[in-house]
Amino acid sequence: MMLGILGGRIYDPRNSKDGEVGDIWVKDGRVVTPEDVDQKAAQTVDATGLVVMPGGVDIHAHIVGSEVNSGRKMRPEDHRGHERARSGGLRAGAGGTVPSTYLTGYLYSELGYTTVMQASAAPLVVRHTHEELEDVPNLDKGAFIVMGNNHFVMQCIADKQPEKARDYVAWLLGASRGYAIKIVNPGGVENWKWGKNVAELDDEVIGYGVTPRQIVQTLATIADDLGLPHPVHIHGINLGRHTSARTTVEMIAALDGHRVHLCHIQFLSYGAGRGHVHRSEAVAVAAAVNASSGVTVDIGQVIFGNATTMTCDGPLQYGLHLTTGNKWINDDVEGESGGGIVPITYKPGNPINGTMWLTGLELFLLIDDPWRVFLSTDHPNAGPFTSYPQVIRLLMDRDYRREMFESLHPRARRGALLPDLDREYSLGEIAVISRAGPARALGLEHKGHLGVGADADVAVYEECADKEAMFSRPRYVYKGGELVARDGAVVADVAGRTFSVAPQYDAGLEVELREYFKKAYTVSFDNYSALSGHGAPTEIVACG
Amino acid sequence: MSTVVEHVTCPFCGCLCDDLTVEAEGVEIRKVRLACSSGQGIFMDYDPRPRRPLVDGREVEWENAVAEAASILSAADSPLIYGLSSSASEAQRKAVALADRIGAVIDSTSSVCHGPTGLAMQAVGEPTCTLGEVRDRADLLVFWGCNPDASHLRHFPRFSLTAKGALTPNGRADRTVYVVDVRPTGSSKKADHFLQVDVGSDFEVLTTLRLLVKGKEPSVDTVGGVPVAQLKELVERMKSCRYGVAFMGMGLTMAPARQLNVAELFTLVAELNEFAKFSVLPMRGHGNVTGADQVLSWTTGYPFAVSFARGYPQFSPGEFSAVDMLARRAADAAVIIASDPGAHFPAAAAAHLERIPTIVLDHGPSVVASHARVVFPTAAYGVDAAGTAYRMDNVPIPLKRVISTGRLTDEEILDRIIEAVA
Ligand SMILES: [Zn+2]
Repeated sequence: MMLGILGGRIYDPRNSKDGEVGDIWVKDGRVVTPEDVDQKAAQTVDATGLVVMPGGVDIHAHIVGSEVNSGRKMRPEDHRGHERARSGGLRAGAGGTVPSTYLTGYLYSELGYTTVMQASAAPLVVRHTHEELEDVPNLDKGAFIVMGNNHFVMQCIADKQPEKARDYVAWLLGASRGYAIKIVNPGGVENWKWGKNVAELDDEVIGYGVTPRQIVQTLATIADDLGLPHPVHIHGINLGRHTSARTTVEMIAALDGHRVHLCHIQFLSYGAGRGHVHRSEAVAVAAAVNASSGVTVDIGQVIFGNATTMTCDGPLQYGLHLTTGNKWINDDVEGESGGGIVPITYKPGNPINGTMWLTGLELFLLIDDPWRVFLSTDHPNAGPFTSYPQVIRLLMDRDYRREMFESLHPRARRGALLPDLDREYSLGEIAVISRAGPARALGLEHKGHLGVGADADVAVYEECADKEAMFSRPRYVYKGGELVARDGAVVADVAGRTFSVAPQYDAGLEVELREYFKKAYTVSFDNYSALSGHGAPTEIVACG
Repeated sequence: MSTVVEHVTCPFCGCLCDDLTVEAEGVEIRKVRLACSSGQGIFMDYDPRPRRPLVDGREVEWENAVAEAASILSAADSPLIYGLSSSASEAQRKAVALADRIGAVIDSTSSVCHGPTGLAMQAVGEPTCTLGEVRDRADLLVFWGCNPDASHLRHFPRFSLTAKGALTPNGRADRTVYVVDVRPTGSSKKADHFLQVDVGSDFEVLTTLRLLVKGKEPSVDTVGGVPVAQLKELVERMKSCRYGVAFMGMGLTMAPARQLNVAELFTLVAELNEFAKFSVLPMRGHGNVTGADQVLSWTTGYPFAVSFARGYPQFSPGEFSAVDMLARRAADAAVIIASDPGAHFPAAAAAHLERIPTIVLDHGPSVVASHARVVFPTAAYGVDAAGTAYRMDNVPIPLKRVISTGRLTDEEILDRIIEAVA
């Protein structure tokens, strides 16, 4: 299959193209030089006047696996009115904030996205994650493996055996076919199994005597030592609390010298405000990010409307249940994790929701380097990924931003910095925060750009003044050179790949693990690995 | 040739014990270690002889059976796909693909066991945990309307009553155990406390427990046959335990008030978290009925009773649940996968199943197969087919192939049918 996308305005930040007119040639799913293609035989598309970008790369979304699926099961009210009928070779589906798997793939295609990372999976249930990933078409994917409350890791730290922890992490990533180390509320999830939490980086984890600080430092060191393509991916402590900005800044300081990704930091950038309404501390958090070149972040921008909160942060979710009175799922996972789910509706008239919304935008506008701040709604926690075009408009159009700001509750608006921030993102910067930047942070060499050798994941948009309309309706979307969406509607269902890592470890560890499993798990060691039995093959990305 | 396979998963019940060792001589299974009596039966009674598909009771070639199945389904206006709970998730995914393709209603045995549990979860949520947390942490167990002593034979030693774990090194001695049921059972005899509830009174008793948790005083001395003093004692234990776990079964889901009972228990458990860590687990029955919920949820958004008749998934228990579809004569053809509604459904539903053309996929004989138009003999997942099943706590566990009979799997047969109806 050969393809030419000709005469478009190319936004390919990694290759320093900022709207230059040019051609993209594709052969066998990859971008190639014009000489590599028999141009007469190739199919061509006239992209004159159109904006050509690499396919979108989502660094943090909850699209599959046990939590997401419990969210689907719990929320029939989320699906009704958000159905999609089968047509041609396309599968039926349903879901607004927690769409079914096939529909998830189609909806991403309809935005021009081609790569999405599943933000969390507990290794005990990662076989489930991989089963669902197989049923998500049109996307390349990977799964982050939660380790921040893992008993074996914490015991290694308590025993001062960092090498053993490193071997274990390497083994676990391979066994679970994971892509990166995820940390969620380090130590707090374990303490939640005692009905408690952590509040400070130096609080103790019950039963282990280790601290959140030691956990993040150990795992960040391991990620660096193993040369993982993506660094530790951290959801810190105190998410949603008025102490979160302080502990986020402390976390950044604690991890100085490491590569780190901090996810959905909007939820972790609050200070104490008047009358139980948090205030935005985006200034302090953005300053810490700006000063630390090893740190990347995604925002988790709040979208007004329905959302489904779901995290491994069990105590946080319980708190949300108490605050909202909404139905609540909790799930403690033996030896390694936990989690919770609570539906929520964000309203501009709610002062707390308004503060969350403007905190996210302030972070986007105050973090200087677009290569270190990425577009996310922590789907479906702060809102569904289908709202990305609205976030793009908010970033590119300050009048629209001000107009929406005016709709917020007065207590959210009072003293807010946002109206004074005049910055507007350019199309090139949008291509960075939604494509090139996340691909670079993920270490996916062949994603997020259109240079020779890149995967032929391409989104072609028609520029218009309303950037939300523009990004909601790509003219063409190609996944690996195949047309998957046209005029904002999915037209094909193609299989995606799953990326994983397989770092080296001392195989002698397995002898100890075999014994450890007899006591620590209710599943046999041999049945724990996502590789046991038959499973979908993953594509190994090299560690360096 | 003799083989020994270790770490084998028993596909019988929702415990999915994965520590069995199976010895076989060719396709003859000789010995199974660690399985309970039900699990022994799955392996030891397995008939590995090759069988051919049947159309109207006569042996035919596979192509002919597939063609007949496809023509039945192509001609049907309102086909029903039912069963799934003793199949693997790989096949369940194919079953949904078939339902999507032909615009069928698809339902699993969930709708006749823990369907109300799913509805309760949709109403109020569900604070839960994996079985390892029960083993390692739980110092208070409450079994409500379930009798694992008879239904889930290794539940007590592996996960709950006598299991030893990190914080429960002495097993049984480290736990207080309640059974709540309408009659004494094997499980109640092993409990420290048995609360016998009048038939149909579970909801009142649960409501009273919620009242007591909130520190309010009921104006009566006895509720549902249980002295309030005993309920107060239970509430004190619930509020002061380290890690409490309630297990619930069909004594709640199939009693009057159904999902309201379950929602009341789930709410009680949620409210207890203000005082102590507390979780609840449904005692799911069939080996992979949990997987059926999972697969239907990720492909359609809904756990059971899903219709594709309008092209997109719709959820309506009582309307698209198999018993109701059949009893209302709303289905005009059926695909039954690894299940026997002919033996277990109410008479009106079973009778309609005999009237309509039915396609059965099963590894052994069944009542429904005896009057089916097409019967596909299959491999049994966990015996002569590998796959994935979900334990009652939603942990996915691989099912191994311990003997190689060459029989086709549900997945392979469904694939052929999908191709043939396309
Ligand atoms: Zn997240």
